[in-house]
Amino acid sequence: MTHRKTAALLSIIPGLGQFYNKQWVKGSVFLFLAACYFIAFLDFLNIGLWGIVTLGTEVPRDHSIFLLVNGVISLIVVAIGLGFYVLNFYDAYQNGKKRDMGLQLNTLREQYHNVIDKGFPYLMVGPGFLLLVFVVIFPIIFMLLLSFTNYNLYNSPPNKLVDWVGLQTFIEMFTLDIWRETFISVFAWTIIWTFTATTLQIGVGIFLAVLLNQKDLKFKGLMRTLLILPWAVPAFVSILIFSGLFNDTFGAINNDILAAVGIDSIPWMTDPFYTKIALIFIQSWLGFPFVMAMTTGVLQSIPGELYEAATVDGASTWDKFRKITLPMILFTTAPILITQYTFNFNNFNVIYLFNNGGPAVPDQNAGGTDILISWIYNLTMTSAQYSKAAAVTVMLSIIIVSVALYNFRKTKSFKDEGMI
Amino acid sequence: MSIKTANRIRLTLSYLILLGAIAVVIYPIVWVVGSSLNPGNSLSSSTIIPENATLDHYRKLFAETEYLTWYWNTLKICFITMVLSVIFIGLTAYAFSRYKFVGRKNGLLLFLILQMIPQFVAILAIYILAFQVGLLDTHLALILVYVGGLIPMNTYLAKNYYDTIPKELDESARIDGAGHFRIFWQIILPLSKPILAVIALFSFISPFADFILASILISSDDKQTLAVGLFNMISNKFGNNFTLFAAGSVLVAIPIGLLFLSLQRYFISGLTAGGTKG
Repeated sequence: MTHRKTAALLSIIPGLGQFYNKQWVKGSVFLFLAACYFIAFLDFLNIGLWGIVTLGTEVPRDHSIFLLVNGVISLIVVAIGLGFYVLNFYDAYQNGKKRDMGLQLNTLREQYHNVIDKGFPYLMVGPGFLLLVFVVIFPIIFMLLLSFTNYNLYNSPPNKLVDWVGLQTFIEMFTLDIWRETFISVFAWTIIWTFTATTLQIGVGIFLAVLLNQKDLKFKGLMRTLLILPWAVPAFVSILIFSGLFNDTFGAINNDILAAVGIDSIPWMTDPFYTKIALIFIQSWLGFPFVMAMTTGVLQSIPGELYEAATVDGASTWDKFRKITLPMILFTTAPILITQYTFNFNNFNVIYLFNNGGPAVPDQNAGGTDILISWIYNLTMTSAQYSKAAAVTVMLSIIIVSVALYNFRKTKSFKDEGMI
Repeated sequence: MSIKTANRIRLTLSYLILLGAIAVVIYPIVWVVGSSLNPGNSLSSSTIIPENATLDHYRKLFAETEYLTWYWNTLKICFITMVLSVIFIGLTAYAFSRYKFVGRKNGLLLFLILQMIPQFVAILAIYILAFQVGLLDTHLALILVYVGGLIPMNTYLAKNYYDTIPKELDESARIDGAGHFRIFWQIILPLSKPILAVIALFSFISPFADFILASILISSDDKQTLAVGLFNMISNKFGNNFTLFAAGSVLVAIPIGLLFLSLQRYFISGLTAGGTKG
């Protein structure tokens, strides 16, 4: 039997393989770490893994949701342990291989330097990654698992146990009329909202930037600063101000502006159609300054000779815009403009702070202007439909990730990394 | 039609459109300043230019609400988030940019996917986790969640920037005997100040603008942030508190707006740096 096989085989108990390779210090460290791991985590893992499988068996001793949390953490701990275990095998195997080939093994000093060299990137990534695991990755795994349970208001700990129900929640989403219809209408409005609001804010932004870029225009700086204000004021403040401006009874839009031109009051906050109009207007107001500022930067970098040459060739102003300005703008800013769409797809603040996703509409359990993300919030916070909220979250994440990955496949830096 | 008249028409039209846009932009701002100076609590009697302006609401804001506490909380949270994010992101991105290590590619792919999923879709999980570790209703929980959420996207931003710093610099320093950390500290860090400044700016602004996480994790009135505090002020009894709210929002909008206007070119440079390369 070769050294590498013996060493790897002995490594079933961490450290023994290293002992076999006569690396005493390293072997002791491995053995010590393994012992610590078992002493520290054995009970926790035992309960955690039992909990995630059964979600509790006895009321009120077992709290299904806490068991689920501990279960997910146990899985993470197990994953870390397995990683270490694999490393232990790998190390014993590699050093055994060196012995098979008659090479000298690293001395302790060399091993130390090796650990520092190889370990340095992990040391740097470590703290951030650990935080990421707990506040970002853990919640996502938890929501994914939650969507396979029946956790809701009527089924909630500590009085009841939650059970695994497989794909039941997703099936109900599409078979129960009220859920299916709500999902379809919310999804449709999310798409319409994303496209109209974003396209409008981009259109207005580019249009104003081009207007402001005319050479013979005066007070450019002042006008630009004034137009950038909506971006400078924190968005949540502006949205709350708008919810006052648009208020049906005391808002200035109905009382001052529309009254002045002789139009009757419009039910901005109580009719879904008008709320949607108001929301799209508000988002354009909030979003155009960024596009405008960015476009201005691009415009200033377009060489003047291009336009002069076009003028000599007899191009009209419109031709110049369509053939020179617009392609230049879109070419340089396209990646950022795309992020504007994904931003609005998840633009919780404007929908929720303006009118809580309302007004309420009959025959569905979402407000008339709820987009997916604010619907998830309401399902969780007001109607306690936790597993449904989790199912919508999963579907939303799948949509976003697949669209975004499709987009990123085309970009350069992704290909440079050789990831596809 | 001569060229001169055509030019005059074009200019006049441009001015008209721009003035219209400016009017639409500043009307809400002027209106809210007017409301904050209006006597009385509701808006039903208010006019955009108040007849007998009063600073009562500002006085009431400081005397009868937790407004100043909210302000302090928000600034504190934003500042700590900013410092921690810059440290974590600076280190993580450096490792991704300069070292080849097992798990690097998968790590990058993971970050790419995570930056697309908005963090607050998992509010319930974050709430339960905070509850279990006893951090519910603390600023620490909020800060940790913010920092974690900022890592994926900004790490990409910083990594792309580090990638543009020539590797020869590190190598020659290594030959001269500099250690890993020294190379980072004395060579890379000084050269990457611009991108770290942009990341600092982002990580200060995004907790400031957050409503959803703060509204879930924080329940006591005296630990609230500005976004949640101001929202509660008007959502509880809408209309009755609006002038008070208006005063509160003016005091947020002016300093933050000025800060923003003075720094906005960094925002654009940061976003385009990340975007065109990303």
